[in-house]
Amino acid sequence: MAMTIHVDVVSAETSIFSGLAEFVVAPATLGEVGIFPRHAPLLSRIKPGALRIKLPDEAEEVLIFVSGGLLEVQPNVITVLADTAIRGQDLDEAKALEAKQAAEAAMKDKSSEVDYARAQAELMEALAQLQTIQKLKKKTH
Amino acid sequence: MAGSKEIRTKIKSVENTRKITKAMEMVAASKMRRAQERMRAARPYAEKIRNVAAHLSHAHSEYKHPFLLARDTVKTVGLIVITSDKGLCGGLNTNVLRLAISNMKSWEAEGKSVLVSALGNKGLGFMNRVGGNIKSHITGLGDAPQMEKLIGPIKVMLDAYVAGEIDALYISYTRFINTMKQEAVSEQLLPLSGEQLGAAEGHWDYIYEPDAKLVIDDLLTRYVESMVYSSVSENIASEQSARMVAMKAASDNAKTVIGELKLVYNKARQAAITKEISEIVGGAAAVA
Repeated sequence: MAMTIHVDVVSAETSIFSGLAEFVVAPATLGEVGIFPRHAPLLSRIKPGALRIKLPDEAEEVLIFVSGGLLEVQPNVITVLADTAIRGQDLDEAKALEAKQAAEAAMKDKSSEVDYARAQAELMEALAQLQTIQKLKKKTH
Repeated sequence: MAGSKEIRTKIKSVENTRKITKAMEMVAASKMRRAQERMRAARPYAEKIRNVAAHLSHAHSEYKHPFLLARDTVKTVGLIVITSDKGLCGGLNTNVLRLAISNMKSWEAEGKSVLVSALGNKGLGFMNRVGGNIKSHITGLGDAPQMEKLIGPIKVMLDAYVAGEIDALYISYTRFINTMKQEAVSEQLLPLSGEQLGAAEGHWDYIYEPDAKLVIDDLLTRYVESMVYSSVSENIASEQSARMVAMKAASDNAKTVIGELKLVYNKARQAAITKEISEIVGGAAAVA
């Protein structure tokens, strides 16, 4: 059996994933990081994107969307402190699109008092959600 | 039948009141269960982030975050007061506000000024009345608290701490012990004390990405946020169970009142019948 590492994905409101994994890919701010068991201790910010968890003895990967947060890696434990993490399947594509359009509209409308940085953050999050959904769709078809 | 109509109306109105309090009791009972579940659901995150923060406070980093440094002189104190938005929940808000005001008085007696952040309608109204210096507030948190809504008011207080406007931050809320018992408590949030975090399980020298300062800032902000979030979710569970108990007492009271009124009503009815019979008998005797 391959080496495994314990993975916990938690958000402030609920616990999302807890279990063993062979390999984890997380969207760190400086680019995606792949983590195998016995990785060096790492503390990193993560940006909106998909978290991929390869379970032992299974071809299927668990895909979890995170909209930012923190990643802590210890040699035998990975902890993902997600800001808001919902199961990939639960993502509402229409909602993401709507949020994206609203954010884009807010960015175009410079006369309004909308905070530019916030609008940009919303856009990034919506894009990441869409990407996750597309990844999921490719897998199911 | 003097007064019997009035008594009947009175009984009817008390019955209506009882229906409402009974319904509120049942609603509060089901909301309480959900609130307790949410409270439990928030625990893993709080534990995990505490562990990471504990590791961090023991790790050898050249950067010491202001949250971890206690200040020599405390001139201004920040206080986050968590109350419910709605009333009819017994002494819940009164207790927590009484605790908050007595703390504020003792701080002021020591020559410290107090900045308040009010989470919840009742606390906001109260602090407005007593002339508290309200720095931030949020109302309408609902039954399921959302981190999103809390971030704003918390950030105001954290920024004030970093900027040196406040030198310590406290939080007052109602701790949920069990359905029958809730307790108003006051805890210190900032500066974070080492013993609060607990000892780390090992020593790690982390690789920080993108750099130590940013990551530590993020982590400690989230740690404080998660503590406030769990206080809010405990407060909601307390609110619902306090409301359930208060409404149960109200329903029981209404039941007693209805019983007493029915007794009075029957007495009045019987008196009227007796009077009528004696009138008939008296009339018949006069005719004969």
